[in-house]
Amino acid sequence: MLRIIVCVKAVPDPKQASNIRIDPVTRTLLRCDIPLVMNPLDKHALEAALQLKAQLEAHVTVLSMGPPAAGNTVKECLALGADQGILLCDQACGGADAFATAWALAQAIERIGSYDVVLCGMASSDSGTEWVGPEIATFLRLPVVTRVREIPEYGGEWWKVKASLESGYRLVQVKLPAVLTVTRELNTPRALSFSGIVEARRKEIAEWGIDDLGVPKGSVGLKGSPTVVSDMTTQESKRQVEMITGTREEKAERLIRKLADAGLI
Amino acid sequence: MREIQSRMNNTHGAVWVIAEQIDCRILTVSLQLIGQARKLADELQTSVEVVLLGDTLDGQTQQLFAVGADRVYLADSPDLVFYQPEIYTKIIVKLAKERQPEIMLVGSTSMGRELAPLVAASLGTGLTAHCIDLVFDENKILEQRVPAYGGLLSIICPEWRPQMATVAKGVFPMPELDKSRTGEIVPLDVPADIPRRVRTLEVVHEEPEGVPLESASIVVAGGAGAGDLEGWHMIAGLANALNAALGSTRPAVDEGWIGLETMIGQSGRMVSPELYIGVGLSGELQHMVGVTGAQVMVAINNDANSPVFEQVDYGIVDDCRKFLPILMEKIKEYQENLVTY
Repeated sequence: MLRIIVCVKAVPDPKQASNIRIDPVTRTLLRCDIPLVMNPLDKHALEAALQLKAQLEAHVTVLSMGPPAAGNTVKECLALGADQGILLCDQACGGADAFATAWALAQAIERIGSYDVVLCGMASSDSGTEWVGPEIATFLRLPVVTRVREIPEYGGEWWKVKASLESGYRLVQVKLPAVLTVTRELNTPRALSFSGIVEARRKEIAEWGIDDLGVPKGSVGLKGSPTVVSDMTTQESKRQVEMITGTREEKAERLIRKLADAGLI
Repeated sequence: MREIQSRMNNTHGAVWVIAEQIDCRILTVSLQLIGQARKLADELQTSVEVVLLGDTLDGQTQQLFAVGADRVYLADSPDLVFYQPEIYTKIIVKLAKERQPEIMLVGSTSMGRELAPLVAASLGTGLTAHCIDLVFDENKILEQRVPAYGGLLSIICPEWRPQMATVAKGVFPMPELDKSRTGEIVPLDVPADIPRRVRTLEVVHEEPEGVPLESASIVVAGGAGAGDLEGWHMIAGLANALNAALGSTRPAVDEGWIGLETMIGQSGRMVSPELYIGVGLSGELQHMVGVTGAQVMVAINNDANSPVFEQVDYGIVDDCRKFLPILMEKIKEYQENLVTY
């Protein structure tokens, strides 16, 4: 049986996240009451797991580190078809950078124990780093392939995957157990179904704290993070905007005139 | 398991750049990073050291010196012809433990974005993603600037070394070549005892469609304001009508309207066209840092209060799905008849 662990992150809804601002004086987040949703790329990681499960004998565990509200994201994964959900939820984990996040997730994966494939989205929409997958792999001493856009060969001990490049791809052979981070080209995530939601009610979400992992509290969260935010500045634009007004036709004509006069079109 | 590497003393180690080559040609981003590394190293009164891995790279080291390197660590072997994560990581980690660099810079390329975290986690140090500036604070700690929440965050790695950052092509300018500069080449052994659990078998290049973003004189970029695929096709239609390259923001990529390779900004491409037209995007700094080099900037957005209007030369408040068909009709008239408005 193929044992798959999918790491998912609950992030502020990317459609509203541009409303989050930092108060330049107090350096506190403003409008940060935006609802949490599953990180878009993690949906593709879960979908990859569910498609593998449909074709091979597989067990899918979803692992998330986050605040209690991230439990909803784990629940959503169960409703989509994951077998088991684990939420690593501890105040000590707060303020973690990618390194401390990957470290804590790697400890949780070790506690889960047996696994063949760890799947992650390529990047998170809020912090935008792509570090967590490869750093988990490093801490677990596993091979990793990032930016996986296709899995042409799977099922055995060696898989073949295509990893996206700037233009084209690398064909990579990787031996299980391994960590793969996935791009959105890999698949189209399924939608929630009513029966899935009903079935998920019978599935338990295990909630773990740092004590369950047997690591010191100082190794996770802000304390375990090598990087810190030291300063915050606002960016002043050098441009002075001229608004073009009028009816739609007038606006279009006026814009074209401006651009034509400047020799741009 | 977590290997901690603390600063050993108060003298500064070198500033490193992990250079990248494809088919034996050094990438532009690597040369740009060496130029910036030179400035940082001069401030610290230390040297610039470049790590270059690949196969048959003899002819490539001179340009690394010409843009500012003092020393090049060269691992040259047929085993390294493609990027191989395990062997690349092992060589760089071993060397970094011996030489204790102060700073390590890596290009935000598909290779760099995988290799940098593998090296950072192995060394037990921090890594800042896709920086748009690198400067020292008053204590000579590297401030790694990244856009977030409508401002610029300075991220530092105070306790651990090296201080690591990835930077995209085009963030720093191409340094001037000084062909008289020379330096030391240090050949590296390629270890034989590497686990080979992951192997690049083949690299396949695919030609992207349409006008390339970096060389286009007009760039049209679309965002979530397109609303749906139909709206997106209107934005693509505008790009087509102007013979412009089509770029995107992360929300548009997340919606699946267009591929990641078209994303402009901090973690995507840096463009500097003569004309930039942003449609249905809110002016998030993560995107806008990729277009600051544009000569003339236009934004079309239905929200008059959108921050994008603070960052462009011309603004039009309108629903792009209603406005674009009319704009395109007028462009067509202009192009066909050269109507003077």
